[in-house]
This record gives sequence, C-alpha cells and structure tokens, in this order.
Amino acid sequence: MIAQNFDYLTPVSLAEAFDLLNDPGAKVMAGGMSLIPMMKLRLAAPERVVDLRHVPGLNKIQQDGAMLRIGAMTTHHELESTPLVRAACPLLAQAAAAIGDVQVRNVGTIGGSIAHADPSADYPAALQALEAEIRIAHRGGERTVLAKDFFQDTFTTALEPNELIVEISVPLEAKCTGASYQKMLQPASGFAIVGIAARVSMDGGKVSMVRVGVTGLGGSSYRAANVEALLVGSEGSAADIGKAAAVVAEGIDANSDIHASAEYRAHLARVYTARALSAAIARAEAQ
Amino acid sequence: MATTITKLDTLVGRKIKRKEDPRLITGTATYVDDIQMPGMYHACIVRSPHAAAHIRGIETKAALELPGVVAVYTGADVKDVGPVPCGASLPGLRVPHHHILAQDRVYYVGHPVAVVVARDRYIARDAVDLIEVDFDPTDAVADPEKALAEGAPAVHPQWPDNIAFNYHQENGEVDKVFAEAEVVVKQRITSQRLIPCSMETRGVVADYRSGEKALTIYSSSQIPHLMRSLVAGMLGIPENKLRVVAPEVGGGFGCKLNVYAEEALMGFIAIRTGKPVKWIESRREHMQATIHGRGHVDYYEIAARRDGVITGIKLKLIQDLGSYHQLLTPVIPTLSVLMMPGLYRCKTVRADIVGVFTNCVPTDAYRGAGRPEATHGIERMVDILAAELKMDPVEIRLKNFIHSDEFPYATGTGLMYDSGDYTKPLKTALEMANYNELRAEQTKARAAGRYMGIGLSTYGEICAIGPSPATPAGGWESATVRVEPSGTVTVLTGIKPQGQGEETTFSQIAADELGVGFDDVVVMHGDTSVVQYGIGTFGSRATAIGGTAMYLAIQELKTKIKRFGAMLLDSDDVSYANGRCTCNKSGKSVSLAEIAGAAHRAMKLPANTEPGLVASNFWEPPNFTFPFGAHIVVTEIDKDTGAIEIRRYIAVDDCGKVINPLIVAGQVQGGVVQGLGQALYEHGIYDDSGQLLTGEFMDYAIPKASMSPNIEMASTETPTPVNPLRVKGVGEAATIGCSPAVVNSVVDALSPLGVRHLDMPLTSEKIWKVLQGGRA
Ligand SMILES: Cc1cc2nc3c(=O)[nH]c(=O)nc-3n(C[C@H](O)[C@H](O)[C@H](O)COP(=O)(O)OP(=O)(O)OC[C@H]3O[C@@H](n4cnc5c(N)ncnc54)[C@H](O)[C@@H]3O)c2cc1C
Repeated sequence: MIAQNFDYLTPVSLAEAFDLLNDPGAKVMAGGMSLIPMMKLRLAAPERVVDLRHVPGLNKIQQDGAMLRIGAMTTHHELESTPLVRAACPLLAQAAAAIGDVQVRNVGTIGGSIAHADPSADYPAALQALEAEIRIAHRGGERTVLAKDFFQDTFTTALEPNELIVEISVPLEAKCTGASYQKMLQPASGFAIVGIAARVSMDGGKVSMVRVGVTGLGGSSYRAANVEALLVGSEGSAADIGKAAAVVAEGIDANSDIHASAEYRAHLARVYTARALSAAIARAEAQ
Repeated sequence: MATTITKLDTLVGRKIKRKEDPRLITGTATYVDDIQMPGMYHACIVRSPHAAAHIRGIETKAALELPGVVAVYTGADVKDVGPVPCGASLPGLRVPHHHILAQDRVYYVGHPVAVVVARDRYIARDAVDLIEVDFDPTDAVADPEKALAEGAPAVHPQWPDNIAFNYHQENGEVDKVFAEAEVVVKQRITSQRLIPCSMETRGVVADYRSGEKALTIYSSSQIPHLMRSLVAGMLGIPENKLRVVAPEVGGGFGCKLNVYAEEALMGFIAIRTGKPVKWIESRREHMQATIHGRGHVDYYEIAARRDGVITGIKLKLIQDLGSYHQLLTPVIPTLSVLMMPGLYRCKTVRADIVGVFTNCVPTDAYRGAGRPEATHGIERMVDILAAELKMDPVEIRLKNFIHSDEFPYATGTGLMYDSGDYTKPLKTALEMANYNELRAEQTKARAAGRYMGIGLSTYGEICAIGPSPATPAGGWESATVRVEPSGTVTVLTGIKPQGQGEETTFSQIAADELGVGFDDVVVMHGDTSVVQYGIGTFGSRATAIGGTAMYLAIQELKTKIKRFGAMLLDSDDVSYANGRCTCNKSGKSVSLAEIAGAAHRAMKLPANTEPGLVASNFWEPPNFTFPFGAHIVVTEIDKDTGAIEIRRYIAVDDCGKVINPLIVAGQVQGGVVQGLGQALYEHGIYDDSGQLLTGEFMDYAIPKASMSPNIEMASTETPTPVNPLRVKGVGEAATIGCSPAVVNSVVDALSPLGVRHLDMPLTSEKIWKVLQGGRA
C-alpha cells in the first residue's frame, strides 16, 4: 500500500510550521498513526507533510495551578505512564492506556487523535468528561475551545485550516473524585465500539459532581448531561446508577456497521455507563 | 563378537530451539521482497472495484505518459497466456476459462484487469490511478444459497444455475437407517469465509535471460516444483527452462498452495521487456484477490438410537467456490466428506455437495482445508444429539468412538484409519480440566444465574496427504542426502516450509541417523534448480512423507558409508554409529569426515561402488495418517454485553511420534489461535453487491496476542504404522479441533435458554441477541 508522492518537511518552530502549512496541499503530521494509513489507502493525498516532531515545547506535561497542561505532541504512552498524569488525572491516563496497541501508543499523540476526531477514538470521551480546554494556535494568535464545542461530527472539529492544536488542559482531579474509562473493543482495530468516561465526586454520601463522556455511539463524542442530571445529588446506589445510565443514548443517532448495530451500541452505552459510574463512585468513596 | 556402540544422545524427541528463528527474528531472512536486481522493473495491478461488470474499454494513455512507466498490459495482450490452472478433476466439473487478466468481463472485486510496469513501485502505483477502465456493472451474487435461487444473477452467463458441480457419495442403507431411527437430529451449520492473512503477502520476481532463453521466477510459494510445471505450461516455455525459487516464505496456511495469475503475468512481463520485474501484493490485494478459506453451508442430519449410538449421517454441503477454480477449489469440500464421520464408528453415510459459483474471490485450501468444516459439523452434531438425548457430551463420544483394537479401520467414506486410541487424549484432557469439578461448578454458576460453558471436541484429521492416487498432483515426496567432502551433511528436500520448522526437525533426524552434529546438517528446499522434483508443504505432510524420504535416503547412504569405512579399515565387519565407522574386530574406527574425504578423493574405491556420498529417495506413502486429539474449552458469558471469556483452553493432541515438542507446541498454539479466529472473530464479509466489507485489518479481526488465552497443552503418542518415523502430522490439528470446542462451550453455556446451535463467528452482539431472547 503506497501513498502518493509528497514532500516531507520538518519545521523547528511553530512559526516555521505555519509558514509551511500555508499551502492548500499541505497537511500537518503528528504521530502519523491516522494520517499515514489514510495516505496509504489514498484517502488522503497531501503534497506536503509537515511533521511537528521537531517543534520544541509541544510535548510538555506540566501542572499549572489547578490545571494540567499537556502538549499536543504528547504520546499516548507518555500519558499512560507519566506519574503526574496518573496521579492528577487518572481518567486521561486510563483512556490513553486503552488505545490500540503498544506500537500505536508509542507514536500516536493526543493532539493528532483529537484533530482526527475518529468517532470511535478513546480520548474524546475522557476530554468531554474532563471539560478539557483545547488551545489552538494560528499564525499570529491563538484561541481556546472547550471539548464540547471542539468535537463537532465524524472527523469534524472546530479546527480551521491553518490552525494547530498546541495544548490540551484538563483539571487536576479534586479530592473525593473518582474516575473510570470503560470501553468495548472493536476486535479488529481496537477502537471503541463504545467508550464511556465517568468522573464522580462524592460528598457526605451523595454524588456532588458527575461528568460522563461518550465515544463510539454517535457521529461525535458528547457529554451525557442527561445522565449527569439524574445522578447528581443521589446516593450513587446501583439503582441510581441504573436509572441514570438508562438515558445515555437518548436522542443519539447511533452508528451502525459490520461491527455493531445501532441497537447493540446503544445497549452497550448503557451497560458501560453503569460500569464506568460504579467504578468511579467506588474510587471516589475509597479516597 | 560384534560390539554395539549405543548412542550417547539423541536429538529426536527433544525440545530443540528452531534453527530458522535467529534469521527470522533478527530480520535477516530473505523474502521475495528482499530480492533486488539491477534494472529491475516493478509491477502494479489494476483491479476491478466491481463484483460483476462488462469491460467496455481501457484507457491507458495517461498512465503510459507518466515518466517512468514502461508498459501497460491488458487482457488483450495476455489472452494466450494461461489459463490459471485448476488441478481438480471431478466428474462433470464446469471449469470457466481463467485468464490471467480479465478479458471482457470481471467476476469479483479484486479481479486483475491490467498491469502497469514502471521503473519503481511508486510510479507503478501512481500510474494505476491514471488508468481508466470503462466498467458497465451488472448484477452480482455473493451468497451461495442466493446464487442457487431461481432467477439469481448468473456468475458465468453460460451456466445460469451457478452450479459448478454436484458430487454424491454414499455408503450403507441410508434411507432405511433414517426411516428406522429412534432419533434424528438436524441442523444447518455454516463455516464462514475466512481470509488467510499470512504475515507475508504474496510476491513474485521474474527474471529472464534472453540469451539462454531461461526464466527464473521467485515466488512466495508452498509448492515451487508444481508451480514450475504449471507456469511453464501457462507461458508455453519448456519446463526445463524455468526455474522457480521460493525463498523464505512468511506463512502460507494454504493460500500459497496455489498458482495465481501473477506468476505467469510476471513471467510474461520479464520475457516481453527483457528486464527483471517485481510484484509485491499489498495487504488490501491479499484480502481481495488471494484465495479465501471455508465458505460452507452444511445441512446435517444424524440418526441415532436412544442409547446414543449414531447409526447414520447425512450431509448436504453447499460450497461457496467463488467465481473461478483456483488450483484445488472444487476438491476441498470432498475432503470434508471423507472426514464426515469423525472419530465415530458410524459407516452409514450420505453426502451431497453442490459447488456454487459466486461473484467472490475463489475459496481454496486454508489451514485444515475441508477437515475443519467437517469436524466442526460432526462435533456440533454430536453435541446436539447429546443434548437431545440428555446425555453428557463425553459419554456420547465414548459410546461412539472407534475402539483402539479396531485399527486399521475402514470408514464409510472410503478411508482406512491407520491407528488410534481416541479415549487417551480425551481422558488426559478431562483430567487436566478436572471435568467433574467443572460440571459441579457449572451447576452452581447456573443456580446463580451465570452462563458458564464447558465444551469439548474430539477431532480426527487426514494428514500426510497423501497417497498419490488420492492427491491431484502426486502425493509422494523426495529427498537427496549428501555428505560433503568435509563430512558435513546437506539435505535437499522437496517440501517447502513456510514457518513449520522442518529445517530443525529434519536436522534432528539426520543428525541422529548419521551421528553428526545438529549444526552440521543443512536442509535446503524451495529451489527447483537445487532440489530434485518434489511436491511441497501442505496437508500436514512434510515430516511424515518428506521426512520419511530423507530417512530412507539416509539408510541407503549409510550402506555406502559403511562400504567406504570397511575399505579404509580393511575390514569386512564394520558398524556405523555416532559418526564413526568401526571395525567390529579390531575396534579401530574412522570418522565420517575421513570417509567422505576418501569417497570424494576416490584414490581407491570399494568394489562395485561409485565415488561420492549421495543418495536419493522418492517415497510414496501407502496411506494417509490420521492424528486425533481432544480439546476442552471453558467459557463464561458476560450477561450484559454478550462478550465471551475463554476461561480455560486445554488441548491434547496425538500426532504420533513427537520429534520436537517445542515445535509441536508452537503448531498447537498457533493452530488454536487461528481456530479461535474463526470461532469468535473472523469473517470475510461480502455485501449483496459483492463488495468485500472486511478488506483491511481495521475491519477483519484476526486474534492478537492480547486476545489469545493461555493454552494448557499435552500430547499423547500413538505411533502410525504408515511410515518408519511413526509421525502423523500436526500442522493443522489444533485449528481443526478448536472451533467446535469453542462453539460447543458457548452453546453449553447458553443451553439453559434452549440454545442448540450458533453459527460462527460468535460475536458479542450475536450472543447478546440470544440473551435478549431472539435467535442469532
Ligand atoms: C492499529 C491502530 C489502532 C488504533 N487503535 C486506536 C484505539 O483503540 N483508540 C484510539 O483512540 N485510537 C486508535 N488509533 C488511532 C491512534 O490513536 C492515532 O494515534 C491517533 O488517531 C492520531 O494521532 P497521531 O499523532 O498519530 O496523528 P496523525 O496521524 O499524525 O494526524 C491525524 C490528523 O490530525 C492532524 N493533526 C495532527 N496533529 C495536529 C495538531 N497538533 N493540530 C492540528 N491538526 C493535527 C493531521 O493533519 C491529521 O489529519 C489506532 C491507530 C492504529 C494505526
């Protein structure tokens, strides 16, 4: 499987990257784990591939007040294994660890994954549940977009041409908060048939905060606000969880393909929502 | 008095690490794609995106204008080359003319239509996109049962019923037995299309020397010699002007037991352009255009007595052939018929095969080739019968097994089972599993509302294929064994390993027999200019037949070695052991190296003896061999999602004498995982219009290491009388034993819901639907 001819460019600064990308035939590359397969299948045929890996500063992970700032070029492996991430934002580390296989995790990046916006990718569920902020730069400026506004549809995001994701910010997990990412694997690709990210804070035996992010079910990831509304304030019992999880697929036009029918996906979303919520509550209570 | 020198050490039977592995795992092996030649061209093939279409025209101008493109050939250029051979001859078989490039029609997605030849493979690939084929799509049919229906589109217009052949086989008073049966169970059982997915795809390099008029074809093949005979015919060149080399072959599983259009096509290009040319199959091409396996719809009926004794078996087998016959396509389902009764004593059998054309890539041999389908069928049916009679699946098997004192045993399908003791691996497996405790645990689990399953299969298979009268291309094998002047040993074998490890097992045997070091033996294969004619590696035949040919050549060689030894020792009473020839009277001895030196220097020769130390053997086996075994699988089903967990996998295989337990374990592990692929994940899916929906690894699920269970393994050894090595074969065994054990386990888990049968693959969704009360 052979891609079309292309020039391969390696800028060493963001400014240079923007210069090189200012060309309709140019495409930015991070880990290449989604881009290269598309090029080999000739679904993408950029004339210029601009590789970000030599741009300094894009793979930093740092704590900044109550936020964890993650460079766009941080690999899945770095996210799953860095002690700071595992301690301060376990949900993200779990989602990273659930991606594909070791080889893909060693090379693929969070920026590339969310820019690609595969409807079955794992991060989007976590980023929805974390209400992540995505910092996007363009030549001469930048803006910040919330996860809920960033993911728009299948392979469609809020990114404009010539914009680059530079950083993803997520909150440091507060005390008494537990999180869990649960997915059913598509056996061929390893992507999520559905993936559910849940964060729950417990306070005095009650659910004081809950966030649920969903991937794989519809055209885009989303936050299941209806589930959250049903659960918050409850004791988080199995019955409470069941009742809340039951609505996760409501109003969603579920995907259907050879790997799972819409009906089965919607069912799995309910099951995995309940599982992720129970695990998150158990973790919150254990703290 | 003759002194016998006992061997200090033997290699046969020991866990010897494979001598092939260092080159494989360090990336230093030479595959077809590693071959580079000066001035070599690269070919890329234009393939049909339609399952059925007329070709109205092909516009090649833009491609030819692309700098670096050397030539484009279409069907018209190669209409006299070929056809792609079908090696099967069944009475009344309809054989469509299989051109190496489509002529005026295409018959499946992936059908080769044109070929671009260019200076490099990138240009060749780019040029493919510049070729415009004017297709006029027509209706296609991709499902064999739909193809048989009235009014279905005709795959080949000349045969509107889409039937390539009907085959009937019968033994005993079938109608009477069924009419009088106390119980009859029936079931439709499918064995879905699978895509072989060898790690190395196919590839061909062709190199023509016009001065000598000699063509060399390098191809990733399991059968280089047969390929040479067949491709020479396709190209119309003398067989002795064609050399075929199969270098390192990265897996075949049957898909390289074939001759494809591409071998002749590259030969044609090399001859036409005078330059070497390379074609390497992409993964997508592999999935679309290399044979698929299985593709059965089977209708079974079993007649039995109330006590569980099986009295009759009926099978209507609908074989999805695809659009053409590849080398063995129509033969594969006949192997299923031979294997129909499994390990059971029932001789009253009737089988009817309908071979059906569909607008899909042809099916052909894939690991097990006909035997997995048959074993799946009978092992499912036995469980269905046991459920009907409320018997334990172990009990019903023990009741029907052919007894160990009944061998050789003539089956109702015309086979003569060589040797067997079917209770042995079953008992071993039951002990390993702690069967009674498992059943007790299952009772508790059921009471607690859990779905736990215990499934077994007791399988048999036809190996060491095979006696020549029963094999389309001759079933013998050859070996030449040479002691070089320095005393090292070279074995030339007609088999062609693709990962099975015969360089190791053959070295073990040769080293033991000749008393030389394991590393002093080199086993060569896969080059028709180096190796005398041979048949190849498939049908779990290589060691049983090829190994025997080598063993017999070595025996002849030992006679000659002793003659030279006797001459050097000036003795008429010598023996040969541990690499030395010893005078039984004086105790003086000479080494093999000294003997080999003398035999080649030939200053003096023993009476009636020629110089050199070489012997050849072409061995015709008197029968197949029939290995067997028992697999037990414990599963548990996630009630909420339908996901299946394999809690335990126990495999006890009896492949006759074990030469290298490490290699047997490797074959069993790989075989089980491949069987799990069919049972749980894999399915080559065509939609109704003949589009392949599983055309890449993102959609076609082969099991990965993370999806593979721990496999608890054991072997029992029941030697075969068929060959002097007493080996039966193990290359396909575990794949054959696996899928019914898994399905039996899952059906057992779901039996409280009244489930009697489920077709593969057992996807989570399928199980979930069953749990919802529907039927999958
Ligand atoms: C075998 C396999 C299995 C996989 N399994 C999973 C899985 O289970 N779960 C999962 O979530 N994913 C999976 N993936 C996808 C994987 O996570 C990829 O790493 C990810 O989708 C893309 O990241 P990348 O860094 O490789 O991006 P690339 O492939 O380099 O780029 C992807 C896209 O994003 C754009 N892009 C990249 N970086 C930026 C940026 N900073 N700003 C703007 N645009 C940018 C590129 O132009 C391109 O369009 C799998 C991939 C493979 C090959």
